[in-house]
Amino acid sequence: MLKFFLKRAALTVPTFLALMFITFVAIRLVPGDPVEVRVGERGISPERLAHFRKELGLDQPVWKQFVDYVGNLLQGDFGTSLATNEKVLTEFFALFPATIELSLFAMLFATMIGIPAGAVAAVKRGSWFDQSLMALSLTGFSMPIFWWGLLLIMLVAERWGLTPVSGRIDLIKYYFEPVTGFMTIDAWLSGQKGAFASALHHLVLPSIVLGTVPLATIARMTRSSMLEVLSEDYVRTARAKGLTPFRVVGLHALRNALIPVVTVIGLSVGGLMAGAVLTETIFSWPGIGKWLIESIGRRDYPALQGGVMLVSSVVILVNLLVDVLYGVINPRIRHGR
Amino acid sequence: MKSLALAGMSLAALLAGSAALQAKTLVYCSEGSPENFSPALNTTGTSFDAARPIYNKLTEFERGSTKVVPGLAESWTVSEDSKVFTFKLKKGVKFHSVRPQGGVAFTPTRDFNADDVLFAFNRQGDEKHPFHKISGGKYDYYSDMDMPKNVKSVEKVDDYTVRLTLNEPNAPILANLAMDFMAIPSAEYAAALQKAGKLEQFDQVPVGTGPFSFVAYQKDAVIRFKAFEAHTATEKAKVDDLVYAITPDPTARYSKLKAGECHFMAYPRPADLPEMQKDAALKVINQSGLNIAYWAYNVQKPPFDKKEVRQALNYAIDKNAIIRDVYLGAGQAAVNLIPPTMWSYNTAVKGYPFDQAKAKELLAKAGVTTPLDIDLWYMPVQRPYNPNAKRIAEMMQADLAKVGINAKLVTFEWGEYRKRAQQGEHTTAQLGWTGDNGDPDNFFFLRGCSGARPGGQNLTKWCNKDYDDRLIKARGMSNQEARAKLYEEMQVIENEEAPDLKIAHSVVYEVMRKEVEGYKQSPLGDHRFNGVELK
Repeated sequence: MLKFFLKRAALTVPTFLALMFITFVAIRLVPGDPVEVRVGERGISPERLAHFRKELGLDQPVWKQFVDYVGNLLQGDFGTSLATNEKVLTEFFALFPATIELSLFAMLFATMIGIPAGAVAAVKRGSWFDQSLMALSLTGFSMPIFWWGLLLIMLVAERWGLTPVSGRIDLIKYYFEPVTGFMTIDAWLSGQKGAFASALHHLVLPSIVLGTVPLATIARMTRSSMLEVLSEDYVRTARAKGLTPFRVVGLHALRNALIPVVTVIGLSVGGLMAGAVLTETIFSWPGIGKWLIESIGRRDYPALQGGVMLVSSVVILVNLLVDVLYGVINPRIRHGR
Repeated sequence: MKSLALAGMSLAALLAGSAALQAKTLVYCSEGSPENFSPALNTTGTSFDAARPIYNKLTEFERGSTKVVPGLAESWTVSEDSKVFTFKLKKGVKFHSVRPQGGVAFTPTRDFNADDVLFAFNRQGDEKHPFHKISGGKYDYYSDMDMPKNVKSVEKVDDYTVRLTLNEPNAPILANLAMDFMAIPSAEYAAALQKAGKLEQFDQVPVGTGPFSFVAYQKDAVIRFKAFEAHTATEKAKVDDLVYAITPDPTARYSKLKAGECHFMAYPRPADLPEMQKDAALKVINQSGLNIAYWAYNVQKPPFDKKEVRQALNYAIDKNAIIRDVYLGAGQAAVNLIPPTMWSYNTAVKGYPFDQAKAKELLAKAGVTTPLDIDLWYMPVQRPYNPNAKRIAEMMQADLAKVGINAKLVTFEWGEYRKRAQQGEHTTAQLGWTGDNGDPDNFFFLRGCSGARPGGQNLTKWCNKDYDDRLIKARGMSNQEARAKLYEEMQVIENEEAPDLKIAHSVVYEVMRKEVEGYKQSPLGDHRFNGVELK
């Protein structure tokens, strides 16, 4: 088992190295450096431009900048944001809880609906429910997040007034110090009446938007996995024993069918992070996605490089964890069979 | 440090508790996060707007205009040679207190005085100042407004008198001092932070004398301010709390405004304006922006060295079509370099009507054989004065083709574009300008001889002695009427010489809910909420 884990962990090293290189090069391929992006119509004198480029280390050859960057990274130094002069790591951890909170609720929404819907569709295979679900999930899977988010804001928030438009809490009614960075927890801790409900209320629309793609994936995955399991001998045996359909499906079939679904959930973390970039922008959600988008605009190299590295690290670690867990659940994977 | 930025707050806010529920809170849906809260370090309107409630300057722009009025200086005198400005400072002006979580608490022990003014100058101008290098230490505006070149010395005569000596006479300096980069922070607070070894806190948890004190900032989410009861320097706050709800997407800002989640929104989309104007719950106001979009002819390259050719091109372009199709009505055809709201605007200048027959006639008179090939550069980015330079270039290209001119459209990456155009590599190029301080000099310098050198900001590379002499003379005069006369004459000269085609001044729209009262739109495009109330 240890050998399996070490092998998997070792595989992440080249991934990290490749990531480091790609993020470093990609942002430099975008025209305009951080100093020039700040300058407006007035322009900047060549002396001042040279002075600031030197101060930011941009006058060095790119390979030297890369070596310095890797050296700093190995010491845990992700650099300092050029825009705010804050440590990248500090900025990241201040914003990350908002992204985790949104991702967790999005995943909750996706699993709470996706798994039962997928299971029912499998049991009622070929029925109108099954066919509609498959059509809907295909639509959900192909849904452009930006369009979907704006549509929901216009209909649910604006026209029907059922949810707030954006933000994390009612700013007029509630104010408290952030403790954990998770608005739901902080609202609960604040003890202010209605604050927790307001935080939950604000999570509804962004969770639906971010959770739509995983919901479609989970529903389809559950359905196909269930169909496979439902034809297994032990399910037939359970039925033959005279168990109620609920016990057959709920206890015997679903539990086994969920193994690949759990893997899919784990692997969706990368997708969630990518989706968060857009969802956070639409819903003014102060998380990592919005921060990264702004950093691109400002050509804030350290923030962007550090941010991408940190987000990728989370995705890689979660994937590693899923790999390992899968190995635990299914020994055939562990032994390479 | 982030905890400071995230959680700086005053004691008053801590105690507010449930009382906050009844308090009047004005919510402004702003467009982005500030870089920090020290305007001296920043260049974006977003960052200036975020710090504006906190600070005052020696002079201020009157709310809703570009008129320079007393701020922290109650009066000033100017020496005969217009080089020495002596400011009498207001007495009894209080600074805010802050008590940031995990940071250095500060309660002022003295009122505002000359030391604070000296701090504002020296931090930016003196490389040895202990705060000069803090937070990146880039003082773009101080440098861009030529302050290092202009300012000879700043001295404290006594606690309430400051003497500013310039190297050369410079009338617009009073307007420069009213700009955000000259915000006056607390020198006593800086000293306290220096003692505690927490200098960075200075730019994250701001202390000023402004109508609102800083409570808290959560990056990308919200900035909170509280009305500062002891504020005396300018107009007081008329709401209890001011909240900036950071909402980058303009569609989401509009939705929040409609839903009542904010009272005021920044930068509406032009496409939404017709619907906004029909909504009974909203108020839409507009004003011509302090900006200009122009198309510069490089007069150093033939055939643009001939006045008739430049005039011909001015006649050849249908500006009204551009205003209608590109600005979607949110623009005004420009005649002069300055917008009509600015003092010294010459209404007698009528510009060039759309007349292609006249254009052809002038081209023939200039001996130009058609078809004539020229380059037409357009910016690759959207600017406040120009929503779509490429589209404008295409429309110009079509108009020019009708008078026998083949315009080749050219563009570069934005930084490269600016650099090459300033070097004078173009034959014709679009660009524009957004005014900084409401002084006409801040626009007319764009056609001055000093900017016509390679690398200078005069993209026309036009250097006219009659124009330039007046420009320099006006800069050294403190009498506004006399200056205005010179500027009016310069507009006549420039119109006749036609070194450029003035395309448009964009019209800036502000949208708020009906219950917002007392808001005055600023020609400078900034947002100020003191004196604004909720009915």
